[in-house]
Amino acid sequence: MTSGDFNEHSLWQRIKEGVASFGVARSIILLFLIILLIAALILDLPMDQILSSMLSRFGMNGILVLAMIPTIRSGTGPNFGLPLGISCGLIAAVLSIELDLRGFQALFFAVGLGGALGAIAGYLYGLLLNKVKGQEMTVGTYFGFSIVSLMCIFWFLAPFKSPEMIWPYGGSGLRVTIALEGRFDKVLNNFLAFDVFGVTIPTGLLLFYGAFCLIVWLFMHSKTGVALSTVGESPRFAESCGLSIDRYRTIGSVVSQALGAVGIIVYAQTFGFLQLYMAPLFMAFFAVASILIGGATLNRATIWHATVGCFLFQSILVVSMPVANLIISENLAEVARIIISNGIILYALTRREIGGGA
Amino acid sequence: MAKDEKVLSSTSNNMHESQKNQFELKWFLRKNIVPVFFFVLCVIGGYYSGLPLPFLLNEIITRMARNSFLVISLIIPVLAGMGLNFGIVLGAMAGQFAYVATVNWQMAGLTGFTTTALLSIPLAILFGWLTGILFNHTKGKEMITGIILGFFANGIYQLICLYFMGNIIPIKVPSMLIPGSIGLRNTLDIKPMQYALDNLLKIQVKIPGHVFPVSIPVATFLAILALCLFTHYIVKTKLGQEFRIVGQDMHVAEASGINVDRVRIIAVILSTILAGLGQVIFLQNLGNINTYGSHVQVGTFAVAAILIGGASVKKATVGQALLGTLLFHTLFIVSPLAGKNLVGDAMIGEYFRVFVTYGVIGVALALHAWQSLQEQRRIALLKADISGE
Repeated sequence: MTSGDFNEHSLWQRIKEGVASFGVARSIILLFLIILLIAALILDLPMDQILSSMLSRFGMNGILVLAMIPTIRSGTGPNFGLPLGISCGLIAAVLSIELDLRGFQALFFAVGLGGALGAIAGYLYGLLLNKVKGQEMTVGTYFGFSIVSLMCIFWFLAPFKSPEMIWPYGGSGLRVTIALEGRFDKVLNNFLAFDVFGVTIPTGLLLFYGAFCLIVWLFMHSKTGVALSTVGESPRFAESCGLSIDRYRTIGSVVSQALGAVGIIVYAQTFGFLQLYMAPLFMAFFAVASILIGGATLNRATIWHATVGCFLFQSILVVSMPVANLIISENLAEVARIIISNGIILYALTRREIGGGA
Repeated sequence: MAKDEKVLSSTSNNMHESQKNQFELKWFLRKNIVPVFFFVLCVIGGYYSGLPLPFLLNEIITRMARNSFLVISLIIPVLAGMGLNFGIVLGAMAGQFAYVATVNWQMAGLTGFTTTALLSIPLAILFGWLTGILFNHTKGKEMITGIILGFFANGIYQLICLYFMGNIIPIKVPSMLIPGSIGLRNTLDIKPMQYALDNLLKIQVKIPGHVFPVSIPVATFLAILALCLFTHYIVKTKLGQEFRIVGQDMHVAEASGINVDRVRIIAVILSTILAGLGQVIFLQNLGNINTYGSHVQVGTFAVAAILIGGASVKKATVGQALLGTLLFHTLFIVSPLAGKNLVGDAMIGEYFRVFVTYGVIGVALALHAWQSLQEQRRIALLKADISGE
């Protein structure tokens, strides 16, 4: 075998290995993103704006995707019941307006209260998950849907008084979307934000996301976190070590729902609006799809997976919209989002996992 | 055979006790708690809605005729141990694609309806086949796969209807397309085919003391009856037995020489075909298609209905399907008005109905998962040395 032969062979081999280790699905998505970016360049779209909104959308959805890690690691699969935590976050955000809080005060109040409510709800949800081992995803999906529709009744009947939230004349209940202008609209996005070649870096938002990554990292490396991962990876081994499986699954759910609550507040903060009623219905699916795109599986997930996945998924959404608008029509981006996100979940479902009975 | 009976009785944990007390009221209530609860809910809702009885009856009959077929289409996959087939959304899409074709050929009346029904079958076979292959790759996770598949297929459906129709797929009738663009309109008018089946044979029953008679679409009910008989008797055939064996234990089925994957695919194909025909019947009654919406909730509504009728993930009968359709759709009719009369707003009733739809599925699935977990524990205790997963 000559050295030239060997090099050629190894290059091809290395590409193949690289793709395999990077994940086939992730490689396809990355390729798709690159094609979209090239198309955007050819179509002469404003790249600085596109890059800005990529960063902003990434930070906006980041914590919702992070919320998937604790449940996947504890063996309950992706948290399809995320609307529960989201609802808790929304209640906290609505309360912050009702109490007439503004700026960072409002944001931290909402994050703190939302996290606490999310943790309590997560505990109860964890108890449910322990009763339905093996069917967490199906039950979680419909549990999430139920919570969203139950919350609709709550939003409709809740006795809030703030004129910013109720309908101006007549009509009962809270508005469908509540503007956050003057409240905590973009307080993180604008914190220490600066421009590089026209690209706005939302420093505060990225720092906040980074802080939560650190929190999740510290948690996963704490004694509890390690025990939780052990329970998820090999329940039988964990049990023989004297770890209570149910307890750690519940802890996973608590952390996940609390992150979900914080996640929706950050989401609303960037978006500038609180979306109530049926809006959270499908949010869990996009978060699940994001972490799977990042290379996670139904029982293995890291912060790296969440970060990469969220960035790739959101980037595709950001770039595909103007490209699709110019080439065909505006709805195509939405259609692409549905196909990509559900396609990736289906792909993950078909993969046989070692020791994965979920 | 003992195993056979155990799986068939829905609460398999204490069969002995349940046989003993079979005729006691308490036993009856416990066994049928879900339908009884919803029956009470319907009666209360019906009372507070203030709707006149003939109107209510007419609405119920219309909705029974419209929806029963779709709900019954869920039974065969349950028999084959695949749970509730949320993938019937794809069958509904097959039905709608068939309508797009017949409207495009400007067909009308019974000919149009029959052509649509026949046309939906090959499409449903294709979709069902693909669904079956996917389900064989996700054994034990069929339901969540079906749910996600429904969403995924909806994306593909939108892609086809919005960007391919009137473009790659030629559409002759301009009124079907979005003006000045490609893609199907939001509403597809199928008025020429409306009531093609319903009006084939319709009888009016006069209720004494009321002006408006109750009309019954006999032909549609005959079609539903035929389906009931088909579903009932397929169990007795060789194929039906294979469904049941696969449903009880895939390994045993494999060992006894049954091609498990093939049987499962056949079950899904049958279910998808029936759902396609069901959607064709459903839409001929409505008279127009909400192009991007009519199919979306088909799976959820059908599953909720059959569960309300007392079915479970492991056991479903024609009777449960019909009872569930009756109760679920009565709730559909009365809840907005009852909500308005009780709380002062129709939206409350509407939200409540949505909550019930999702909630009943959630609770039923949770109960099933909990029961099978108990069952597993019991077996594990019996065997002591389980080496699962």
